[in-house]
Amino acid sequence: MVKEIERAGIPVVHVCTVTPISMTVGANRIVPAIAIPHPLGNPSLTPADEKQLRRKILTTALDALSTEVDGQTIFEVK
Amino acid sequence: MKLEVGYIQIRDIQTADKSSVKDGILYVNTKELEALALEDEHLKAVCFDVARPGESIRITPVKDVIEPRAKVEGPGDVFPGVITKLNTVGSGKTHVLQGAAVVTVGKIVGFQEGIVDMAGIGAEYTPFSATYNLVVDFTPKDGLTAHEYEAAIRKAGLKIAYALGKLGVNVTPDEVKTYEYPSIMEAIKKYPGLPRVGYVQMLQSQGLLHDTYVYGVDMKQSLTTMLSPTEIMDGAILSGNCVSACDKNTTYHHQNNPVIEDLFEEHGKTLNFCAMIITNENVYLADKERSSDWTAKLVDYLDLDGVIISQEGFGNPDTDLIMNCKKIEETDTHTVIITDEYAGRDGTSQSLADADPKADALVTAGNANQVITLPKLDRVIGTLDYTEKIAGGYAGSLEKDGSITVEIQAITGSTNELGFSRLSAR
Amino acid sequence: MSKIKVVHYINQFFAGIGGEEFADHKPEIRDGAVGPGMALTGAFGDKAEIIKTVVCGDSYFNENLADAKKAIIDMVRSANPDIFIAGPAFNAGRYGVACGTICEAVKQELNIPVITGMFVENPGAEMFRDKLYIIATKDSAAGMRDAVPAVAALAIKLVNKEPVGASIEEGYLPNNTRVNFFEKERGSKRAVDMLLKKMAGKPFVTEYPMPDFDRVEPNHAVKDIKSATIAIVTSGGIVPKGNPDRIESSSASKYGEYDITGVNDLTDATYETAHGGYDPVYANADADRVLPVDVMRDFEREGIIGKLHNKFYTTVGNGTSTKSSKQFATEYAQKLKNDNVQAVILTST
Repeated sequence: MVKEIERAGIPVVHVCTVTPISMTVGANRIVPAIAIPHPLGNPSLTPADEKQLRRKILTTALDALSTEVDGQTIFEVK
Repeated sequence: MKLEVGYIQIRDIQTADKSSVKDGILYVNTKELEALALEDEHLKAVCFDVARPGESIRITPVKDVIEPRAKVEGPGDVFPGVITKLNTVGSGKTHVLQGAAVVTVGKIVGFQEGIVDMAGIGAEYTPFSATYNLVVDFTPKDGLTAHEYEAAIRKAGLKIAYALGKLGVNVTPDEVKTYEYPSIMEAIKKYPGLPRVGYVQMLQSQGLLHDTYVYGVDMKQSLTTMLSPTEIMDGAILSGNCVSACDKNTTYHHQNNPVIEDLFEEHGKTLNFCAMIITNENVYLADKERSSDWTAKLVDYLDLDGVIISQEGFGNPDTDLIMNCKKIEETDTHTVIITDEYAGRDGTSQSLADADPKADALVTAGNANQVITLPKLDRVIGTLDYTEKIAGGYAGSLEKDGSITVEIQAITGSTNELGFSRLSAR
Repeated sequence: MSKIKVVHYINQFFAGIGGEEFADHKPEIRDGAVGPGMALTGAFGDKAEIIKTVVCGDSYFNENLADAKKAIIDMVRSANPDIFIAGPAFNAGRYGVACGTICEAVKQELNIPVITGMFVENPGAEMFRDKLYIIATKDSAAGMRDAVPAVAALAIKLVNKEPVGASIEEGYLPNNTRVNFFEKERGSKRAVDMLLKKMAGKPFVTEYPMPDFDRVEPNHAVKDIKSATIAIVTSGGIVPKGNPDRIESSSASKYGEYDITGVNDLTDATYETAHGGYDPVYANADADRVLPVDVMRDFEREGIIGKLHNKFYTTVGNGTSTKSSKQFATEYAQKLKNDNVQAVILTST
């Protein structure tokens, strides 16, 4: 899916847990997520902390979208 | 470890006033079994039914299938740490009611339970059309969480299978096989000229309806570890999953793991089966990396010449499979992997979610997306209410004439990745 | 039942005209079977019959492609056969390419089944194996005896519209279409046998060769994220509560498009997951964990992004073929493009 969006000319960032699959299928901008059932959350945190975590991941995703890449790149969440 | 397994051939299941095994017939008093199942306060009602090979019966939604077994001698008893006291099993004697199975059904938990047809074309795709099945249909109490409900049914099914297994303890088996699994030093000394072979079994461990229990431990909380294959025959590994029923191991599959059987078959002849490793398939990437590192470390440490790796499931576990394969190959150990495919209904899509050139020896259990039309059968045990929702079903799956069109991924055990069946693809 | 009518195509060499020096032989049509057609006739028994044989030189065919194709198709059309068989070409490169080319053309123009045969390394095999049934042969005409029964059996099946089995059963070159069948041995036994061969350094055949994944060049970065319209898309199956479009839990046949105008937070009362491949409890309790509408709205309000696109697209990745996913994504990517969306965040479970 990620490739079809890219092919349509829209920059896309793939936020996913299993980054090796993302690498194999050919995403160019990749941001690692938390876990498969909750990629952008962590139910063991308080709601406020969980949202903060989500915000961090998405901030990294926006950075990825604003960064030129010349190949497959994983942007680690800081 | 040395385990003697006595197989008692079962040729029918009948209800009776007294439960017993006599002349190959398993007689069951369902009132007693009902009382046993309802010991669990989460369950409201339970009813029993028998489905025999060739009968026009559809069983769905199937959660687990369990073979009745019990120990005659030796430490512990079957299903240790879950149904019986925790003890190291895998030695002594075990009796099996071969040809009989307990099949659990009930209101759907997720989307993920399967179909077992006892007759028609669907019967060719599931091994449980060939067993005499005591089908147990559970009704949970209201207001249970999904996790509570799943656990209650899982345990009740095991209890029933164990109770039936105990009926065979004093019966003379039709056939006895002995499985020996010595210490690694002894094993190497015993067959110095034969290649040392291990088996890496990957276990699904991804949450509700995706879990596997080893001696009662949820496998996702464990690191890659080792045990004797004979322990698995005694129910050390239990299924808590049936997601996309085609390629999830039921408890029955674990009890009768075909890779273990076929490795034992060649043991001492062409190879030396001396290592059984189990690992998980977790939802965190770090876990995947850690577990596959550990698998490769163990294989390297044991200095094996080759391993068979079997996967459970598909999608993200394809990554665990590829990581295991790649890292083990990098230790200069030969691998063969067993998996199944999701190549689309027309068979033209990419079959796996992950790939690596090192995975050059692959055995496939078939394309789970293949569409099949299952004819109307005379009787349904369970309910067809969820047919369109289960994995492999879709809106319109259930035809007016009672036939159903689904992908074979909805059929319990159709593309089992232990290589339990003969289905394949090219 | 009347006999199946076959037109057979062979080159100048197999027609007995001659070798390379006669390779510019123009297409001609003869009655009945010629050369290898005799062996085919034997294999057909009373089920099928070669009514005409078309002969063409390999050089002529490849150097005069349009003319040759047209002439041969006219010949085949006039014979009105039930099936067209070319070759087998074994490892003869130009012959193989000619067989593949003319088979494809006949299939398209005349809408009848076609078969050819080649050695796996024939350049024609790589060009046409995904489009035609190509019976796998040895690298020389010495393989005729093995090839002929496979060609004949598949030809009869195709004309009678019987289901075609897997490549290994029917003897055609693997064509990137996976077909299920029942093996003689169970999978575990095959794995043990394969491992024994691999450890002993003997040849073995994998049941699924590893695929090559294609790549797409990355697009340029978004210049000004503060004014960009950003869409969120997920393969995690988030849908409005009740799954109004009934997207399947696995092997999805459709994707969802849902409006989130005015939605600031996904709650357990309003959204859920239709995905059957992971524990759904966490996504059902708070779908923002998969489709992060809440934080994206915060970003929008704080001016960190221009705008969150008012629609999201959703599919169930579970068991869904890459081909379907690709088709869904091609469709909605175009919609996103038309709506002037400047960047996409795709989340997967």
